[in-house]
Amino acid sequence: MSLQRQASQGIGLEVSNLRVVYDGFVALDDVSLAVAPGESFGLVGESGSGKSTVLRAICGLAPMAVGKVALIGGEGLPAPGSKAFRRQVQMVFQDPYGSLHPRQTVDRILAEPLAIHGLDDAEGRIERALEDVGLGQGFRFRYPHQLSGGQRQRVAIARALILEPQVLLLDEPTSALDASVQAEVLNLLEALRARHGLSFLMVSHDLAVVTHLCQRLMVMQRGRTVEVIDATDLAAHRVQADYTRMLMEASDGFRRTANAPA
Amino acid sequence: MTSALLTVEDLRVAYPAREGGWTEVVRGVSFALGRERLGIVGESGSGKSQTGRAILGLTAPGGRVTAKTLRFDGIDLLDCPPAQRRELRGGRIAMVLQDPKYSLNPVMSIGAQIVETLRTHRPVSRAAARQEALDALAAVQIDDPGRVFRLYPHEVSGGMGQRAMIAMMLIARPELLIADEPTSALDVTVQLEVLRIMDKLVAGRGMGLIFISHDLRLVSSFCDRVLVMYAGRVVEEIAAADLQRAKHPYTQGLLNCLPQLAQSRHPLPVLDRRPEWLEP
Repeated sequence: MSLQRQASQGIGLEVSNLRVVYDGFVALDDVSLAVAPGESFGLVGESGSGKSTVLRAICGLAPMAVGKVALIGGEGLPAPGSKAFRRQVQMVFQDPYGSLHPRQTVDRILAEPLAIHGLDDAEGRIERALEDVGLGQGFRFRYPHQLSGGQRQRVAIARALILEPQVLLLDEPTSALDASVQAEVLNLLEALRARHGLSFLMVSHDLAVVTHLCQRLMVMQRGRTVEVIDATDLAAHRVQADYTRMLMEASDGFRRTANAPA
Repeated sequence: MTSALLTVEDLRVAYPAREGGWTEVVRGVSFALGRERLGIVGESGSGKSQTGRAILGLTAPGGRVTAKTLRFDGIDLLDCPPAQRRELRGGRIAMVLQDPKYSLNPVMSIGAQIVETLRTHRPVSRAAARQEALDALAAVQIDDPGRVFRLYPHEVSGGMGQRAMIAMMLIARPELLIADEPTSALDVTVQLEVLRIMDKLVAGRGMGLIFISHDLRLVSSFCDRVLVMYAGRVVEEIAAADLQRAKHPYTQGLLNCLPQLAQSRHPLPVLDRRPEWLEP
């Protein structure tokens, strides 16, 4: 079976009026965003702001009360919840220590999505996926505990990429890593995006990381949108909302003479 | 620097290796600490936490701690009786750990834990201990100390839990506080608040502080002096204000590899680890 790429120019993602409620608690309220094909879009906010819930709702891991998720950038794109949609939209989780099966080898971890989606040539695909993320074939039969945090995150990225998705959902992909390893993983993600024409939707609490990787970003607070701004505007400190300014100042680091937060 | 509160000379920590023999995780660390703020920075596995734990006597069972000198206020920590060491730990030397979710006792209310710490180190009545615990919670800027006193660790947020831990660690009025990644599990905005509280209490009581973190920029903005560790050794000691003029390539690499808001660099520079960094 030959597998055709559905759209060579890439696929984007559109989320409109998303609302997620857990037991009466409104985790997300009327959130809309659009990731253009090939774009990298960031979500920023503190814990509990609902940024991860957006990702989870997109891939069906959180209950959507109201709202619509759709792929954009082509004809006849799969609908959310379908197997074809899941193949196009893959997620990389935050904690590489918790998201890999501890008793499966890298080979088995990478073979599982292939088996689920019934893809042929598992051998070749696993080899290529490992090369893609900069791990040699020597890592193929290791267990997660034999890998460092950065290597594990590379395996998690390989697991997402092995299905040749067009949209990658990244949930704090580097926050569990050392600063030096974070730089390596960020460079890898950037290179992969350029090589495969991927769209990124990335969640992070670190403004510097998001502005590094994304062109546009949305600031969230308590399940609501605060503002959507360009990364270049943020870098130049041109922001509208007070909350964004506060986050920006907080990411500058500790200052002994700092004024008390408003 | 005033007379040293803590003197560490040639500290070594080793664990048994699987193939026999020992693996040294801290390889000859030396420093002296007065009543000042010292930062220890490094990546995971650099031995920074093991250094802090060895000072407190919390090295995991099986580990071996040796040093030419490990002295706190005239007391030889490696040679003193266990009872005296216990008394120091939590009494005159305290430690704030990384994640309040894992380092508070999940089956004791926050108030009970603070009272327990206090009564272990000072003979005070139950009622007085309770009052002091409430005051300590108020001192870390918890709005309703009475309510938080009764709560269990799972019922509070990360920032609140970390403030409770700082209250607990400071209640016995220690002279040296070792803070091991005290804010890494917190949001940036909460992080600054917790740091500000800790800074005020440390400065107000004239304590010594060892601040262990992987975040070089945070440490340099918070401490007077910084030790940079790599593979169990101190590769550079530098005044925090001079950090931009760091000489060691490892320190420069750590500073460089962080993405920065103000400037865009693609791709980010990565650390080029050199074998000669391992040698003294």
